[in-house]
Amino acid sequence: MRNLWIGIIILTLFNACKSNTKTALPILGYKTPVTKTVNGKTVTDTEYATIPPFKFVNQYADTITEKSLDGKIYVADFFFTTCPSICPVMHRNMLKVYKEFKDDNNFRIISHTIDPKYDTVPVLKRYADKLGIAGNTWWLLHGEKGDTYKISKSYLQSVSEKNPKGEYIHDGFFILIDKQKRIRGTYEGTDPAEVTKLITDIKTLKAEPDQIAAK
Amino acid sequence: MKLKAIGAIAILLIVIGASCQSDDQIEFKRYYSAGSLVYQQHCQNCHGDKGQGLSSLIPPLTDSTYLKNNKAALACFIKNGLKGKITVAGRAFDDEMQADDIAPLEIAKVLTYVTNSFGNKMGTITLQQVQNDLKNCK
Repeated sequence: MRNLWIGIIILTLFNACKSNTKTALPILGYKTPVTKTVNGKTVTDTEYATIPPFKFVNQYADTITEKSLDGKIYVADFFFTTCPSICPVMHRNMLKVYKEFKDDNNFRIISHTIDPKYDTVPVLKRYADKLGIAGNTWWLLHGEKGDTYKISKSYLQSVSEKNPKGEYIHDGFFILIDKQKRIRGTYEGTDPAEVTKLITDIKTLKAEPDQIAAK
Repeated sequence: MKLKAIGAIAILLIVIGASCQSDDQIEFKRYYSAGSLVYQQHCQNCHGDKGQGLSSLIPPLTDSTYLKNNKAALACFIKNGLKGKITVAGRAFDDEMQADDIAPLEIAKVLTYVTNSFGNKMGTITLQQVQNDLKNCK
Protein backbone atom coordinates (compact mmCIF):
# COMPACT_ATOMS: atom_id res chain seq x y z
CA MET A 1 0.00 0.00 0.00
CA ARG A 2 2.83 2.34 0.96
CA ASN A 3 4.57 1.61 -2.32
CA LEU A 4 1.40 2.37 -4.23
CA TRP A 5 1.16 5.83 -2.64
CA ILE A 6 4.79 6.58 -3.47
CA GLY A 7 4.10 5.47 -7.03
CA ILE A 8 1.08 7.73 -7.34
CA ILE A 9 3.01 10.71 -5.98
CA ILE A 10 5.89 10.17 -8.41
CA LEU A 11 3.48 9.86 -11.34
CA THR A 12 1.71 13.07 -10.31
CA LEU A 13 5.00 14.94 -10.11
CA PHE A 14 6.03 13.71 -13.56
CA ASN A 15 2.75 14.81 -15.07
CA ALA A 16 3.07 18.22 -13.46
CA CYS A 17 6.26 18.74 -15.42
CA LYS A 18 4.52 18.47 -18.80
CA SER A 19 4.18 21.80 -20.47
CA ASN A 20 0.91 22.54 -22.21
CA THR A 21 2.15 25.52 -24.17
CA LYS A 22 3.17 24.92 -27.78
CA THR A 23 6.88 25.45 -28.08
CA ALA A 24 8.24 27.78 -30.72
CA LEU A 25 10.57 26.37 -33.35
CA PRO A 26 14.29 27.00 -32.88
CA ILE A 27 16.15 29.50 -35.05
CA LEU A 28 19.00 27.80 -36.89
CA GLY A 29 22.03 29.09 -38.73
CA TYR A 30 24.98 31.23 -37.71
CA LYS A 31 24.42 33.80 -34.99
CA THR A 32 26.30 37.04 -34.51
CA PRO A 33 26.07 39.29 -31.47
CA VAL A 34 25.30 42.87 -32.48
CA THR A 35 25.78 45.81 -30.15
CA LYS A 36 23.43 48.69 -30.79
CA THR A 37 22.58 51.90 -29.00
CA VAL A 38 18.88 52.12 -28.26
CA ASN A 39 17.58 55.22 -26.43
CA GLY A 40 21.05 56.05 -25.19
CA LYS A 41 21.57 52.56 -23.77
CA THR A 42 23.98 50.01 -25.21
CA VAL A 43 22.15 46.78 -26.00
CA THR A 44 23.66 43.55 -27.26
CA ASP A 45 21.35 41.53 -29.44
CA THR A 46 21.69 38.28 -31.35
CA GLU A 47 21.36 38.51 -35.10
CA TYR A 48 20.50 35.33 -36.94
CA ALA A 49 21.65 34.41 -40.41
CA THR A 50 19.07 35.16 -43.09
CA ILE A 51 18.72 34.10 -46.71
CA PRO A 52 20.45 36.81 -48.80
CA PRO A 53 18.85 38.54 -51.83
CA PHE A 54 18.64 36.43 -55.00
CA LYS A 55 17.21 36.41 -58.50
CA PHE A 56 15.96 33.29 -60.29
CA VAL A 57 13.33 32.40 -62.90
CA ASN A 58 10.42 30.01 -62.21
CA GLN A 59 8.69 27.46 -64.46
CA TYR A 60 6.41 30.19 -65.86
CA ALA A 61 9.51 32.27 -66.84
CA ASP A 62 8.59 34.81 -64.13
CA THR A 63 11.47 36.44 -62.28
CA ILE A 64 11.53 35.43 -58.64
CA THR A 65 13.53 37.40 -56.07
CA GLU A 66 13.68 37.43 -52.29
CA LYS A 67 10.91 40.08 -52.49
CA SER A 68 8.56 37.53 -54.08
CA LEU A 69 8.78 35.67 -50.76
CA ASP A 70 8.20 38.68 -48.48
CA GLY A 71 5.52 37.89 -45.92
CA LYS A 72 5.64 34.20 -46.78
CA ILE A 73 6.77 31.10 -44.97
CA TYR A 74 8.50 28.79 -47.41
CA VAL A 75 10.26 25.47 -47.87
CA ALA A 76 13.31 25.15 -50.13
CA ASP A 77 15.06 22.17 -51.67
CA PHE A 78 17.59 21.33 -54.40
CA PHE A 79 16.95 18.80 -57.17
CA PHE A 80 17.18 18.11 -60.90
CA THR A 81 14.53 16.60 -63.15
CA THR A 82 16.59 13.69 -64.48
CA CYS A 83 17.78 12.63 -61.01
CA PRO A 84 17.32 8.88 -60.73
CA SER A 85 18.15 8.52 -57.05
CA ILE A 86 16.62 10.59 -54.25
CA CYS A 87 14.65 13.26 -56.13
CA PRO A 88 11.56 11.17 -56.96
CA VAL A 89 11.33 10.24 -53.27
CA MET A 90 11.81 13.86 -52.20
CA HIS A 91 9.14 15.19 -54.51
CA ARG A 92 6.72 12.37 -53.73
CA ASN A 93 7.05 13.58 -50.14
CA MET A 94 7.01 17.29 -51.06
CA LEU A 95 3.68 16.70 -52.83
CA LYS A 96 2.21 16.00 -49.38
CA VAL A 97 3.40 19.42 -48.18
CA TYR A 98 2.04 20.99 -51.38
CA LYS A 99 -1.37 19.38 -50.97
CA GLU A 100 -1.58 20.46 -47.33
CA PHE A 101 -0.84 24.16 -47.96
CA LYS A 102 -1.65 24.83 -51.61
CA ASP A 103 -4.55 27.13 -50.75
CA ASP A 104 -2.43 29.30 -48.45
CA ASN A 105 -1.18 32.36 -50.32
CA ASN A 106 1.33 33.08 -47.55
CA PHE A 107 3.12 29.80 -48.16
CA ARG A 108 5.50 28.75 -50.94
CA ILE A 109 7.73 25.87 -51.94
CA ILE A 110 10.86 26.59 -54.02
CA SER A 111 12.89 23.86 -55.69
CA HIS A 112 16.19 24.97 -57.18
CA THR A 113 17.48 22.90 -60.08
CA ILE A 114 21.19 22.19 -59.81
CA ASP A 115 21.34 21.17 -63.50
CA PRO A 116 20.32 24.42 -65.26
CA LYS A 117 21.83 23.29 -68.57
CA TYR A 118 19.30 20.48 -68.99
CA ASP A 119 16.51 21.83 -66.77
CA THR A 120 15.54 24.83 -68.86
CA VAL A 121 12.33 26.73 -68.12
CA PRO A 122 10.22 24.62 -70.56
CA VAL A 123 11.67 21.42 -69.04
CA LEU A 124 10.74 22.66 -65.56
CA LYS A 125 7.22 23.58 -66.74
CA ARG A 126 6.74 20.12 -68.24
CA TYR A 127 8.03 18.52 -65.01
CA ALA A 128 5.59 20.64 -62.97
CA ASP A 129 2.68 19.66 -65.19
CA LYS A 130 3.54 15.98 -64.97
CA LEU A 131 4.06 16.19 -61.23
CA GLY A 132 0.55 17.59 -61.08
CA ILE A 133 1.32 21.00 -59.59
CA ALA A 134 -0.30 24.22 -60.79
CA GLY A 135 -0.63 27.81 -59.65
CA ASN A 136 2.01 29.64 -57.66
CA THR A 137 2.42 27.55 -54.51
CA TRP A 138 5.41 25.57 -55.79
CA TRP A 139 8.05 27.27 -57.90
CA LEU A 140 10.77 25.36 -59.73
CA LEU A 141 13.67 27.79 -59.99
CA HIS A 142 16.20 28.08 -62.79
CA GLY A 143 19.33 30.21 -62.52
CA GLU A 144 23.04 30.47 -63.14
CA LYS A 145 24.78 27.44 -61.73
CA GLY A 146 27.07 29.66 -59.63
CA ASP A 147 24.11 31.53 -58.13
CA THR A 148 22.33 28.30 -57.21
CA TYR A 149 25.42 26.74 -55.67
CA LYS A 150 26.12 29.95 -53.76
CA ILE A 151 22.63 30.22 -52.30
CA SER A 152 22.63 26.53 -51.34
CA LYS A 153 25.23 27.42 -48.72
CA SER A 154 22.83 29.93 -47.14
CA TYR A 155 20.38 27.05 -46.73
CA LEU A 156 23.21 25.03 -45.11
CA GLN A 157 23.08 22.69 -48.10
CA SER A 158 25.85 21.06 -50.05
CA VAL A 159 25.53 20.63 -53.80
CA SER A 160 28.37 20.09 -56.22
CA GLU A 161 29.33 19.57 -59.84
CA LYS A 162 28.99 16.19 -61.52
CA ASN A 163 31.41 13.64 -60.16
CA PRO A 164 33.55 11.49 -62.52
CA LYS A 165 30.64 9.05 -62.88
CA GLY A 166 28.51 11.89 -64.22
CA GLU A 167 26.30 12.05 -61.15
CA TYR A 168 25.32 15.12 -59.21
CA ILE A 169 25.76 14.80 -55.47
CA HIS A 170 23.39 16.86 -53.41
CA ASP A 171 21.70 16.87 -50.03
CA GLY A 172 18.07 15.85 -49.85
CA PHE A 173 16.94 18.22 -47.13
CA PHE A 174 13.81 20.37 -47.02
CA ILE A 175 14.62 23.73 -45.39
CA LEU A 176 11.91 25.68 -43.57
CA ILE A 177 12.27 29.48 -43.77
CA ASP A 178 10.19 31.98 -41.80
CA LYS A 179 8.89 35.41 -42.82
CA GLN A 180 12.07 37.03 -41.47
CA LYS A 181 14.00 34.75 -43.86
CA ARG A 182 15.59 32.80 -41.01
CA ILE A 183 16.07 29.01 -41.05
CA ARG A 184 13.62 27.35 -38.67
CA GLY A 185 14.06 23.68 -39.49
CA THR A 186 15.79 21.14 -41.74
CA TYR A 187 14.13 17.85 -42.65
CA GLU A 188 15.37 14.77 -44.47
CA GLY A 189 13.22 14.94 -47.59
CA THR A 190 13.44 11.21 -48.26
CA ASP A 191 11.98 10.24 -44.87
CA PRO A 192 8.15 10.30 -44.67
CA ALA A 193 8.26 10.69 -40.85
CA GLU A 194 10.44 13.82 -41.14
CA VAL A 195 8.08 15.24 -43.75
CA THR A 196 5.11 14.68 -41.43
CA LYS A 197 7.07 16.63 -38.81
CA LEU A 198 7.70 19.40 -41.35
CA ILE A 199 3.95 19.73 -41.96
CA THR A 200 3.34 19.95 -38.19
CA ASP A 201 6.16 22.48 -37.79
CA ILE A 202 4.80 24.70 -40.57
CA LYS A 203 1.50 24.85 -38.67
CA THR A 204 3.35 25.67 -35.43
CA LEU A 205 5.39 28.35 -37.18
CA LYS A 206 2.32 29.94 -38.77
CA ALA A 207 0.83 30.31 -35.29
CA GLU A 208 3.86 32.10 -33.80
CA PRO A 209 3.02 35.73 -32.90
CA ASP A 210 5.89 37.31 -34.86
CA GLN A 211 4.91 35.29 -37.96
CA ILE A 212 1.29 36.43 -37.72
CA ALA A 213 2.46 40.03 -37.27
CA ALA A 214 5.01 39.98 -40.11
CA LYS A 215 3.89 41.30 -43.48
CA MET B 1 -1.03 -39.69 -20.54
CA LYS B 2 -3.36 -40.33 -23.45
CA LEU B 3 -3.77 -36.58 -23.88
CA LYS B 4 -0.02 -36.08 -24.07
CA ALA B 5 0.30 -38.72 -26.75
CA ILE B 6 -2.42 -37.07 -28.84
CA GLY B 7 -0.72 -33.70 -28.40
CA ALA B 8 2.62 -35.09 -29.53
CA ILE B 9 1.07 -36.64 -32.62
CA ALA B 10 -0.71 -33.40 -33.44
CA ILE B 11 2.55 -31.40 -33.23
CA LEU B 12 4.31 -34.00 -35.37
CA LEU B 13 1.60 -33.71 -38.03
CA ILE B 14 1.90 -29.91 -38.05
CA VAL B 15 5.67 -30.09 -38.47
CA ILE B 16 5.37 -32.60 -41.29
CA GLY B 17 2.67 -30.50 -42.89
CA ALA B 18 4.81 -27.37 -42.77
CA SER B 19 7.82 -29.10 -44.25
CA CYS B 20 5.71 -30.55 -47.04
CA GLN B 21 5.70 -27.36 -49.10
CA SER B 22 6.39 -28.17 -52.70
CA ASP B 23 9.71 -27.20 -54.27
CA ASP B 24 7.83 -24.67 -56.37
CA GLN B 25 6.50 -22.87 -53.31
CA ILE B 26 9.91 -22.77 -51.71
CA GLU B 27 11.44 -21.44 -54.88
CA PHE B 28 8.74 -18.78 -55.11
CA LYS B 29 9.37 -17.64 -51.54
CA ARG B 30 13.11 -17.53 -52.11
CA TYR B 31 12.73 -15.46 -55.28
CA TYR B 32 10.12 -13.20 -53.70
CA SER B 33 12.04 -12.31 -50.54
CA ALA B 34 15.35 -11.78 -52.37
CA GLY B 35 13.43 -9.79 -54.98
CA SER B 36 12.11 -7.38 -52.37
CA LEU B 37 15.70 -6.42 -51.52
CA VAL B 38 16.59 -5.89 -55.19
CA TYR B 39 13.45 -3.77 -55.47
CA GLN B 40 14.46 -1.57 -52.53
CA GLN B 41 17.91 -0.98 -53.99
CA HIS B 42 17.09 -0.54 -57.67
CA CYS B 43 13.44 0.41 -58.09
CA GLN B 44 11.86 1.84 -54.98
CA ASN B 45 13.20 5.41 -55.19
CA CYS B 46 11.26 5.99 -58.38
CA HIS B 47 8.40 3.50 -58.29
CA GLY B 48 7.68 3.90 -54.57
CA ASP B 49 7.40 1.55 -51.61
CA LYS B 50 3.87 0.60 -52.64
CA GLY B 51 4.57 0.58 -56.38
CA GLN B 52 2.58 3.81 -56.57
CA GLY B 53 4.85 5.63 -59.05
CA LEU B 54 4.92 9.44 -59.09
CA SER B 55 2.06 11.42 -60.65
CA SER B 56 2.45 11.38 -64.44
CA LEU B 57 6.25 11.22 -64.27
CA ILE B 58 6.81 7.64 -63.16
CA PRO B 59 4.26 4.89 -63.87
CA PRO B 60 2.86 2.76 -61.04
CA LEU B 61 3.49 -1.00 -60.92
CA THR B 62 -0.07 -1.73 -59.88
CA ASP B 63 -1.54 -2.27 -63.37
CA SER B 64 -1.80 -6.08 -63.48
CA THR B 65 -3.18 -6.05 -67.01
CA TYR B 66 -0.21 -4.08 -68.33
CA LEU B 67 2.21 -6.43 -66.58
CA LYS B 68 0.46 -9.53 -67.95
CA ASN B 69 0.32 -8.15 -71.49
CA ASN B 70 4.02 -7.29 -71.40
CA LYS B 71 5.22 -10.25 -69.36
CA ALA B 72 7.81 -11.40 -71.91
CA ALA B 73 9.22 -7.87 -72.29
CA LEU B 74 9.58 -6.99 -68.59
CA ALA B 75 13.10 -8.40 -68.30
CA CYS B 76 14.19 -6.32 -71.31
CA PHE B 77 12.65 -3.17 -69.80
CA ILE B 78 14.90 -3.58 -66.75
CA LYS B 79 18.06 -4.52 -68.63
CA ASN B 80 17.81 -2.01 -71.49
CA GLY B 81 15.66 0.70 -69.98
CA LEU B 82 12.39 1.95 -71.45
CA LYS B 83 11.76 4.91 -73.71
CA GLY B 84 8.73 6.20 -75.57
CA LYS B 85 5.06 6.52 -74.81
CA ILE B 86 3.33 3.82 -72.80
CA THR B 87 -0.12 3.67 -71.24
CA VAL B 88 -0.28 2.33 -67.70
CA ALA B 89 -3.33 2.37 -65.47
CA GLY B 90 -5.17 4.43 -68.07
CA ARG B 91 -2.56 7.20 -68.08
CA ALA B 92 0.11 8.08 -70.64
CA PHE B 93 3.77 8.19 -69.65
CA ASP B 94 6.66 9.13 -71.90
CA ASP B 95 9.69 9.74 -69.73
CA GLU B 96 12.73 7.55 -69.89
CA MET B 97 13.59 4.73 -67.50
CA GLN B 98 17.31 4.18 -67.32
CA ALA B 99 18.84 0.81 -68.14
CA ASP B 100 19.96 -1.22 -65.13
CA ASP B 101 22.36 -3.96 -66.12
CA ILE B 102 21.78 -6.39 -63.24
CA ALA B 103 22.27 -10.17 -63.42
CA PRO B 104 19.48 -12.25 -65.01
CA LEU B 105 18.94 -14.01 -61.67
CA GLU B 106 18.36 -10.66 -59.98
CA ILE B 107 15.95 -9.68 -62.75
CA ALA B 108 14.04 -12.92 -62.17
CA LYS B 109 13.86 -12.26 -58.44
CA VAL B 110 12.77 -8.64 -58.70
CA LEU B 111 10.18 -9.47 -61.36
CA THR B 112 8.80 -12.22 -59.13
CA TYR B 113 8.53 -9.64 -56.37
CA VAL B 114 6.89 -6.94 -58.49
CA THR B 115 4.46 -9.24 -60.29
CA ASN B 116 3.31 -10.67 -56.95
CA SER B 117 3.11 -7.45 -54.96
CA PHE B 118 0.99 -4.29 -55.16
CA GLY B 119 -2.11 -6.34 -56.00
CA ASN B 120 -0.43 -8.38 -58.76
CA LYS B 121 -0.43 -12.19 -58.76
CA MET B 122 1.51 -13.79 -61.57
CA GLY B 123 3.52 -16.53 -59.85
CA THR B 124 7.27 -17.13 -60.12
CA ILE B 125 9.20 -15.61 -62.98
CA THR B 126 12.09 -18.04 -63.27
CA LEU B 127 15.69 -17.52 -64.30
CA GLN B 128 15.02 -19.76 -67.32
CA GLN B 129 12.18 -17.50 -68.41
CA VAL B 130 14.26 -14.35 -67.97
CA GLN B 131 17.15 -15.81 -69.99
CA ASN B 132 14.75 -16.70 -72.82
CA ASP B 133 13.09 -13.29 -72.73
CA LEU B 134 16.43 -11.49 -72.81
CA LYS B 135 17.33 -13.28 -76.06
CA ASN B 136 14.29 -11.73 -77.72
CA CYS B 137 14.72 -8.12 -76.62
CA LYS B 138 13.72 -5.64 -79.29
